Amino acid sequence: MRLLKIVPDDTNIDFVRLRYWAFGLTTLLTIAAVALVFIHRLNMGVDFVGGIMIEEKFQVPPDVEKVRSVVDGLKFGDAQIQTVGDQKTLSIRLPRPESADDAATNRIVNAVSAALEKNFAGAQFSKQDAVSGKVSGELVWNGILAVAVAVLLIGLFAIFRFEWQFGVSTVVAIMHDILMTLGFFALTQLEFDLNIVAAVLTIIGYSINDKIVIDDRIRENMRRYRKMDMREIINLSVNETLPRTVMTSLTILLALFALLIFGGHVLRGFTAAMILGVIVGTYSSIYVSSSLLITLGLRAEPTPDKPGKPSAATGAERVGPGNN
Amino acid sequence: MLDFPRWKVLSIFGFLAVLMALAIPSFFPEEMTKSWPVHPRINLGLDLAGGSYLLLEADTSQLVTDRVNLMSDSVATAMRKAPRIDIGDITTDGGKVSFMLRNVAQLEDARQRLSEMTTGVGTTGQRNWDIQVVDATRFVITPTKAGVDEAIDSAMSGATEVVRRRIDSLGTREPTIIRSGATRIVVQVPGLQDPTALKALLGKTAKLEFKLVDTTADTAKLAIGQSPIGDQILPYPSAAGRGFPYVGYPQNKLPVIAVRRAAIITGQDLTDARVQNDPQTNAPVVAFQFNTEGGKRFAKTTQENVNKPFAIILDGSVISAPNIEGPILGGSGVIQGGFTFQSANDLAIQLKSGALPVALKVIEERTVGPDLGKDSIQAGIKASIIAVILVVIFMLATYGRFGLYANYAVVINVVVIMGVLAVLNGTLTLPGIAGFVLTIGTAVDANVLINERIREERRRGRSVIQSVELGYKEASRTIFEANMTHGISGVVMLLLGSGPVKGFAVVLLIGIITSVFTAVTFTRMLVVMWLRKHRPQTINI
Repeated sequence: MRLLKIVPDDTNIDFVRLRYWAFGLTTLLTIAAVALVFIHRLNMGVDFVGGIMIEEKFQVPPDVEKVRSVVDGLKFGDAQIQTVGDQKTLSIRLPRPESADDAATNRIVNAVSAALEKNFAGAQFSKQDAVSGKVSGELVWNGILAVAVAVLLIGLFAIFRFEWQFGVSTVVAIMHDILMTLGFFALTQLEFDLNIVAAVLTIIGYSINDKIVIDDRIRENMRRYRKMDMREIINLSVNETLPRTVMTSLTILLALFALLIFGGHVLRGFTAAMILGVIVGTYSSIYVSSSLLITLGLRAEPTPDKPGKPSAATGAERVGPGNN
Repeated sequence: MLDFPRWKVLSIFGFLAVLMALAIPSFFPEEMTKSWPVHPRINLGLDLAGGSYLLLEADTSQLVTDRVNLMSDSVATAMRKAPRIDIGDITTDGGKVSFMLRNVAQLEDARQRLSEMTTGVGTTGQRNWDIQVVDATRFVITPTKAGVDEAIDSAMSGATEVVRRRIDSLGTREPTIIRSGATRIVVQVPGLQDPTALKALLGKTAKLEFKLVDTTADTAKLAIGQSPIGDQILPYPSAAGRGFPYVGYPQNKLPVIAVRRAAIITGQDLTDARVQNDPQTNAPVVAFQFNTEGGKRFAKTTQENVNKPFAIILDGSVISAPNIEGPILGGSGVIQGGFTFQSANDLAIQLKSGALPVALKVIEERTVGPDLGKDSIQAGIKASIIAVILVVIFMLATYGRFGLYANYAVVINVVVIMGVLAVLNGTLTLPGIAGFVLTIGTAVDANVLINERIREERRRGRSVIQSVELGYKEASRTIFEANMTHGISGVVMLLLGSGPVKGFAVVLLIGIITSVFTAVTFTRMLVVMWLRKHRPQTINI
């Protein structure tokens, strides 16, 4: 049986030579992402801004304008109405009532449900979230804290296991991934809620995973080919690990697309964020973090190998161009 | 490389079999597995099972004020004891009790009595109140932070118990009630669709008091909020327009009533409360029964106060103020208050389960209908199965036999994660299912790393056995490092994340640990067994 080879055996793309183009493109995209976040803003869910979110399932796809007029008629403030998942489910967001007592929230939810059931036969409540401003503030803070701590710890881990340049390039690459994800959410106006924080943290984990594999290979090749130019080493390492990078990204994307298509609407935002994160993370592994190592001045010679440590590479047939 | 002793093979198989077996009970209905000797079970989160999540926060400001007022009353009582110490100008302004001593000679006595009223707080070395003397004759008693914290802590423990009793009375399945932080309680009730009833039950502290009405109070002074000494003024909403019991009280103001501060009896002395229909009006009323001691006290007080009214007070508001027609013996009675059946029933439950020591407010509320939960589970399972199939086909097409071994590992890994989750009595949430799907994707990463390395080594001209050995050895280090970073973000999510993030992190972390075992150790064993048996000169990878 002939096996599938996504990346041909002797692939040798000169990634390093293309790095200025890539840096330019990356910088532009990142600025665009940040600008999008500032201009469009994120469509923050009730988790982060507080308020009431009611999800209502209808028998047939309802007329959104009619639903809006029914809800507005109740005078509970400005309602945001969106279809979610199939066309039969609507999410209705309302600001939190000014009087802080619980009965007010109940009244609103009950009034909206009753009004919808009256106007649309068979309409059924399927989900309801009410988050106070106090809690939403804490959730925002917790989310930011979690992301910051994760980035910091992973950066420290990379510095501890490798050279400082790896730590810096990794953190820069993660920041890039996070900003791109935020830009994506600003662009699509998908709801940004607690699940997305989980997605961002997973993207961080995954993206690092990818970078560690390449960094690990760079370190190995630095020991193996002492005299080789750093650019060559990075090109060689990225190319050697390319089949793995592509394979892993593809398998994860396969799993994620299954989740996106069949996993139901509740997880859709989460899955979309993950898919984007995997693509962006793979790109940044190749371009942002590895190429940045050259800019940061990583040198091949510094750490002399501990004598006596058996190197797997001894006698490797493949010899770097520098030795030819 | 080919050295893989039989005991090791057996223990790997045994270990995986046990972990997988632990997942089995979760696939069968709970009634069926109950009789099994071991039946660990994965709980479904509210987003999958449907139900309500409430985050309650205590309003501690009232608790702190009440505590200071209580201290002030206790001080007054303590000083009146023989030999009497004369004091004056007692106030609770600024959250402190302060009073003047009329006779400076009694300073040490007063200090002695006060210090007997304070206690040490746990191991903090602090007292719960701080006593100071200023200007030689004025005592200032300030609550210490440790004392307030202790009071809040004990109130919260009490409140959690009361919440539990009230929710149990709803008869719902397996509610979870846990304290969260210093002043919060998390309530999760699976299967509950309409949290309105639940919130109505928790919304009241239900502090019941019976106090004598002071009929001698001056109406004009009451109207401007001045109460006679030893009295307190309470609102009496249902008396609107009736002027009772004060003739000439302004009609346009919220009716109030002056009652003696000291309660005849409180809700703590109740042993039972239930809904009844009033035999005359057929309106719902709440019937109650006092314990023996409370009953005696009530009988004695009513005997001494025939023809005077007493007030039935709930949460600081007077429900009714009936006249005492004769001594009330037997320690039972009814509360009439224009109830509906529902509100009477709620009150009966609240009285029976005790008063909340502190008022609770709902600050976060999430409810998922059972249909959405079911849809989510089905969608989640479908997505997982499709993800597994896609990944399996892809791996098989890419790595042949080695892909097949990786596939065994993936499938086993999914079941093992479930087993571990069941043993940890974990909760599976919708983001948790996403964690599963993601783990399916990432678990094969280890095998991809290994297999790509083997391919590389083969290309460099190494023998089959050497390539496999190097592949596993070199890739293992990378796998360890990659999983460490993944693990770090998982731990951060678990520790700092909230709600759905945690559910996701649990599955992710379990998956990281189990996948290293299944993807590295287990597949290596399979490969070794095959190599040993067939000794191939070349491999298709």
